[in-house]
Amino acid sequence: MRTLNLRRILLSVAAPVLALVVAFVVTSLVLVAVGDPVAEVWKTILAVPKPRQVVNIVNAATVFYISAIAVSVGFRMNLFNIGVDGQYRVAVFAAALFAGQGYLPGWLNIIASILVAMAAGGAWASIAAFLKVKRGVSEVISTIMLNAIATGVVSWLLVKVAAREAGSNTIATKTIPESSQLEGFQLVPGATNRVYTLILLAIVVGVLYWFVLGKTRFGFDLRATGHSESAAVASGVNVPRMVVIAMIASGAIAGLVGMPLLFGQDHNYGTTFQAGLGFAGIAIALLGRNNAIGIVFASLLWAFLDVQSNALQIQAGVAQELVNIIQGVILFAVVIAYELIRRADKRLEQTRVARELAAQRNSGAATEGAPA
Amino acid sequence: MSAAGLEVGRQTVADRPKARRRYGLREWAIIATGGLAVVSLLRIVTGAEDIDSSGALIAAIGLAVPIGLAGLGGLWSERAGVVNIGLEGMMILGTWGAGFFGYHYGPWAGVVGATFMGMLGGLIHAIATVTFGVDHIVSGVAINIIGLGVAKYLAARFFADLPGGGPTQSPPIKDLPDFTLPGLSSWLGTIESKGWFFISDLASVLRALCTNVSALTIIAVLLFVATYFILWRTPFGLRLRSTGESPVASESLGVRVLRFKFVAVLISGGLAGMGGSFLALVAANIYRDGQTGGRGYIGLAAMIFGNWRPGGLMTGAALFGYTDAVQLRGGETVHAFLLLFAVILLAIGVWQIVRNQRLVQGIVAVVVGVLVGVWYLATDSVPPELTGTTPYVTTLLVLAFASQRLRMPAADGQIYRKGEGG
Repeated sequence: MRTLNLRRILLSVAAPVLALVVAFVVTSLVLVAVGDPVAEVWKTILAVPKPRQVVNIVNAATVFYISAIAVSVGFRMNLFNIGVDGQYRVAVFAAALFAGQGYLPGWLNIIASILVAMAAGGAWASIAAFLKVKRGVSEVISTIMLNAIATGVVSWLLVKVAAREAGSNTIATKTIPESSQLEGFQLVPGATNRVYTLILLAIVVGVLYWFVLGKTRFGFDLRATGHSESAAVASGVNVPRMVVIAMIASGAIAGLVGMPLLFGQDHNYGTTFQAGLGFAGIAIALLGRNNAIGIVFASLLWAFLDVQSNALQIQAGVAQELVNIIQGVILFAVVIAYELIRRADKRLEQTRVARELAAQRNSGAATEGAPA
Repeated sequence: MSAAGLEVGRQTVADRPKARRRYGLREWAIIATGGLAVVSLLRIVTGAEDIDSSGALIAAIGLAVPIGLAGLGGLWSERAGVVNIGLEGMMILGTWGAGFFGYHYGPWAGVVGATFMGMLGGLIHAIATVTFGVDHIVSGVAINIIGLGVAKYLAARFFADLPGGGPTQSPPIKDLPDFTLPGLSSWLGTIESKGWFFISDLASVLRALCTNVSALTIIAVLLFVATYFILWRTPFGLRLRSTGESPVASESLGVRVLRFKFVAVLISGGLAGMGGSFLALVAANIYRDGQTGGRGYIGLAAMIFGNWRPGGLMTGAALFGYTDAVQLRGGETVHAFLLLFAVILLAIGVWQIVRNQRLVQGIVAVVVGVLVGVWYLATDSVPPELTGTTPYVTTLLVLAFASQRLRMPAADGQIYRKGEGG
């Protein structure tokens, strides 16, 4: 049994490494086919990041991490929350609106705004949850629709409440009071920019995710539902209730995605607020296999590729969107590799069980002897 | 993690097989006539002339075609049991293909190139989901990421140095031919401008159907007809659909399930790519970054709205294209529809209370109806941000209130491995 586990660990490390190699090869082939400088591209992407870029990578990874955890909560019970994009948009808008008013001083304002964000994200996700439980609507479809609706509703509300600053045509909510702006940690020596203070939030989310899903009855029920719904029902799990709770929890965590950006960088919500973090979260959750530690590596990798590719246009004369190709190929390679490993594992397990059963039958026949 | 997801909340089919009458040609004609009469009445009551002007309807057709083609792509793939949310990515690949091949080799090559690029996306989806058994949703998400990246990367690589092009857009492409019935069109235009009840509206509809009709629109309509015949009237189609309903059963009858699924997903990608070519060649005559604007998702929505059938899908695409066109022509026209919604909701509410004795639902409908009516009276227009969400809200409402009447292919989204049936 132990050797099998060791093999399994090796394989689960081998899969992402293999995926990186495949992505390297495929991207190189694309570059060659199109006629772009292959060496220059890889030199740029794989260069050692400067301190300033290290900070950017950590910051981007922080945001990705929260997004991926939000997606993972759903994944663990077989729920597909494609709607993280819409949920964090609604949430960050609500939080920015609330924080901008400055009802509370300093940190209290931040904490209250974070709670507002969680409530808003959870509420938006609850629509999909209730549609699934009450009306049997697939959460995949409803969250895709809700993403688009969120975009429309938020941009409409933004126009209504926007504080238009003189001499600027960007539309944004009121800037949050200075006492509630977080200037960040000076973690990386030699960098002028700072790591988001709310990296702490990402760590808390990660630890809670690991603890609640891995160590509590609730988490066990949730994972059991994901593995086998009928078994969970038989053991007394109220599945509709679990769906609602998991979906709202996923939405509430999704609500946190925009917080590091809001308090550490943008200080308001406007038309330029970063979009598309939810889809990155799906990819990263898959890459990190829904594991709290695995997702750390996955989001760092994603952020590394994102930040490093910024220089592609200048250094190699290649559009930085190349990084989307690399990321997409990594995602494909990794899920295919996991699937192949799962199949191989299953086959090995089946042959092992068959062998043992056969051995048992043989020895059984020997002791019982032939019927009289 | 399977795309089939949890069973919870999924309605089981009612045990009494209710014999719902299928609408024939005559019923549809009556519905269309009635609908047109209602719209005509609405036009006269509210004075929103653009509600069914031939200009608005021509725009609506132009916006409906890409949605319809994307939805048709979704239909092929989901009928074979493969969920395809990568339509958006395949469509994006199609817009680039149309831009590249259209510029270098003429517009028809653009259509072919776009279809080819879409099929490339379909090929990836097919290899991942059919050959390797990757979850359909995961693969779809990945294709949307890759499609966007590939299109932007290739656009920057190939369009930046061309005269009139740039890193985010292609140079102008020559137009595809379009057709107008010259005498008829202007004659209908005269009738339309009279503003008569019903007759003018009928004229404007007919005028929209015979003025500036792009060749690609005609091809799209033919593809709808062809899809219906192939999928529902040929042995090939029956086999293809059987792989989406019960792959185990169809394999036991000797159907090569995986091959059918593979082909279906390839065709699906090609259709989505062709939808992209419409955006680049007909709607805009250049490739531009972000040209699809989520139309792949709207196509998916139209397909669900249409209950996984070509006729319903066409209705859905027309409806969503129309809302888009109306929205582009200003909030005043959408505003007129608020009145219609208010009246319909009130009628439903009264019906529920009086005939069906459903007090709660009836009251909810009446209250919402009154609120919409107040909204109509208190404002002059609907903000464009909200009208843009119409397709999505409609789809959610249809799913929420008519999910018992929708029936997707039974094995849709399930991963099938060869020989699974034993």
